[in-house]
Amino acid sequence: MRLFRFRGGVHPEDRKALSGDRSIERTTLPHLLHVPLQQHIGAAANPAVRRGQLVRKGDLIGERQGAISAPIHAPTSGRVVGIGRYPANHPSGLPVATITLLPDGEDRWSDELEGVADPFALTTEEIAARVAAAGVVGLGGATFPAAVKLNLRQRYRIHTLIINGSECEPYLTCDDRLMREQPVAILDGARIMAHALGAERILIAIENNKPQAQAALAEAARAFPDIAIARLPNRYPMGSEKHLSLALTGRETPARGLTADIGVVVHNPATAYAVHEALRQGRPLVERVVTVTGEAVARPANLRVPVGTPVEHLLAHCGGLVEEPERLISGGPMMGQPLPSIRVPIVKGSNGVLALTGREVHRREPMPCIRCGQCVAACPCGLLPLDLAARIRAADLEGAVRHGLMDCIGCGSCAYVCPAHLPLVQFIHYAKGEMAARGRARHKQIETKRLAELRTARMEAAKRAKREAMARRKQATAAKQPEPVEAET
Amino acid sequence: MNEFASASPVAGPFAHARSSIGRTMGLVMLALTPGTLIGLWQFGWPAINLFVVTITTVVVVEAACLRLAGRPVRAHLFDGSAILTGWLLSLTLPPWAPWWIGVVGGLIAIVIAKQVFGGLGQNLFNPAMVARVALLISFPVTMTTFVAPTPLFSEGAPDFVGGLAITFGGEYYDAMTSATVLGQVRTDLTTGLTLIDILPSTYQLSQAAIGTIAGSLGETSAVLILLGGLFLIAKRVITWHIPVAMLATITVCATAMHIFDPAVFLNPGYHLVSGATMLAAFFIATDPVTAPVSARARILYGIGCGLLVYIIRTWSAYPEGAAFAVLLMNACTPLLDHYVRPRIYGRDRRGEPLAYADDTGEKSR
Repeated sequence: MRLFRFRGGVHPEDRKALSGDRSIERTTLPHLLHVPLQQHIGAAANPAVRRGQLVRKGDLIGERQGAISAPIHAPTSGRVVGIGRYPANHPSGLPVATITLLPDGEDRWSDELEGVADPFALTTEEIAARVAAAGVVGLGGATFPAAVKLNLRQRYRIHTLIINGSECEPYLTCDDRLMREQPVAILDGARIMAHALGAERILIAIENNKPQAQAALAEAARAFPDIAIARLPNRYPMGSEKHLSLALTGRETPARGLTADIGVVVHNPATAYAVHEALRQGRPLVERVVTVTGEAVARPANLRVPVGTPVEHLLAHCGGLVEEPERLISGGPMMGQPLPSIRVPIVKGSNGVLALTGREVHRREPMPCIRCGQCVAACPCGLLPLDLAARIRAADLEGAVRHGLMDCIGCGSCAYVCPAHLPLVQFIHYAKGEMAARGRARHKQIETKRLAELRTARMEAAKRAKREAMARRKQATAAKQPEPVEAET
Repeated sequence: MNEFASASPVAGPFAHARSSIGRTMGLVMLALTPGTLIGLWQFGWPAINLFVVTITTVVVVEAACLRLAGRPVRAHLFDGSAILTGWLLSLTLPPWAPWWIGVVGGLIAIVIAKQVFGGLGQNLFNPAMVARVALLISFPVTMTTFVAPTPLFSEGAPDFVGGLAITFGGEYYDAMTSATVLGQVRTDLTTGLTLIDILPSTYQLSQAAIGTIAGSLGETSAVLILLGGLFLIAKRVITWHIPVAMLATITVCATAMHIFDPAVFLNPGYHLVSGATMLAAFFIATDPVTAPVSARARILYGIGCGLLVYIIRTWSAYPEGAAFAVLLMNACTPLLDHYVRPRIYGRDRRGEPLAYADDTGEKSR
């Protein structure tokens, strides 16, 4: 099939050989599971269990709140031993609302879970409702509730569903392994989603460094004429959904828009697999495949892990660390984030745990920018990262916004190639965070003003009502009083 | 002080292309080596002396400035940028020029053109070219006295002591002087001769390409400089935009004018191989600090450099204009960077979000 080019991008060493040949293994259950109530974009779930309650695998333990949210289910059978706060899988390591589960070791599924015999007989809304109830979120790392994306049909005309198996981040092999081992289930999930979206065709996009995954899916897709395998050149950030849709359709997603604006919806293969499980077996999303790798890991592996398992349990399963890692990362090396500690739990969005040595990270002290323009050539979004960085350092955040700060996808290509080792992504994240904080402050100010005005108006109204009532009362008393006797004149 | 020294960024990437400023500068120096060696061999001991004096000066001056500015001396000195500046400057000097030309040039390049602006990456103008132009304007005779090549150890070449006498002793070497091609043509044209009379006696194109002619140290071997430039493009240290745009512009201008009047205007071959054309196109105009950063701006910049080189060579009082051309275009770099930007993904050239006319996308609500 015809492919289109996007500008920029880089070719990092993929390092997938470390874990790519290792089939997906199950880990033993840890002593305790710490299941956060917020594992998705949107509102956190509300606890739906009490302390001490017995749950089976797949039971609802957190109810979703609002339109953009996802429920949380018990990753194994056992007893709820705590509903409190526990350090988050986030660089801050701040405590977040978490349900702690003591596994009973039986790992028994709930027997209320029931699949659908023919998902293709369901309507969009029914499929989306089931996907939503199963707590399926985007498993590529973005963790956007999948059901919201399936409902896009109501507002957009969707013609293409892209299964994003590009896995362009170096090191990660969880999608690769899942595609090699579960091609039929992934295709089934993809077809269910395409049915819900009303999409006419499905493109399975896989980079050329994963020939076995390409072959496995091509074999599984042979029976379906509306499914095509797109063999993509290796280029980071091919897996950015806006760049992937450009590479496959030749169309750019308008700024601030969704890929749905060009009739495309993109889902990760692991999400497709989770949709298959949710519809066919009725099983909610309680576990995922995580790649544990890096040169500091004794035995890199791809593990099927219940959500809530502490990172240290995974590292122990992989033979521990052979040396002190320079960086411990959640996700890939390009866009992943540092883990605050190895006690934090695996969440729905965790696709990798990387223990990287100093040789792999290759951190150097930053030097002055020599304006070489490598960042400009590498930027897939057409930005001038050196210009943004200079403006941000000069506290000209509005100027940075005017020159495309918000169009940055944070892929890190610029910082990857920078010969001066400038932390360009750090600058940009800082500026985005600061702009968001200013936006919130402004919103708060406006809101406060509005409420204050409302209050004043309310007080005024009350006062006026009181005055009027008083006047009426006066009048009434005046009327009731006998007419003063006219003085004789 | 390195302002980030204590910071350990939370944001990625946690991988790197393993490039560094030192590596970039090192590759440029590597690419310059063959052309420089040929030049040093051609012009012998005086040229070697001047080369050493110039580079020593820039290193000492850079170290002093860094110290004064309170920056880490080692880290910045070993990034190679100062050495490269001195190296490029010495390539544009007459090879038998006295020692103080190298010293004054080095001082101007590092202090006035670079450190005063804030050091590496902050200067608006190419330091080596600022120094060269300042020297040319201040010491026009010294800066335009060229010698014919007398290769090292050949008959009539000054030996080591003779070299010292020329560089440091101010020994007169009038007997050896020789004009550059562009200079000779300029002088002869004003006496009423036509190119048809001048050129056969002046030189052969092939000589200029190999470098066995009079000129600045690095202006002589066009072929080796070209190969060095291609090496830099292959290594992705520079992009093709500036050299190609600049050389193409010179070729187009020279061809058009040569066709218009072959008796007065040199053919493009001479323009490409003589003077500093190749050095400027691949090593001077591509200086990252003073050139634009995006591809389209670089093409415009290259065209500007080429046009100015041709105009200055043909119609101004100077026979060679590469340094002036590059400096004038350096002044345009901020403008080019401001107005000529890449198109942002999902936006049109004016910065508005793209809109599609056909039926894909949002259903009317």
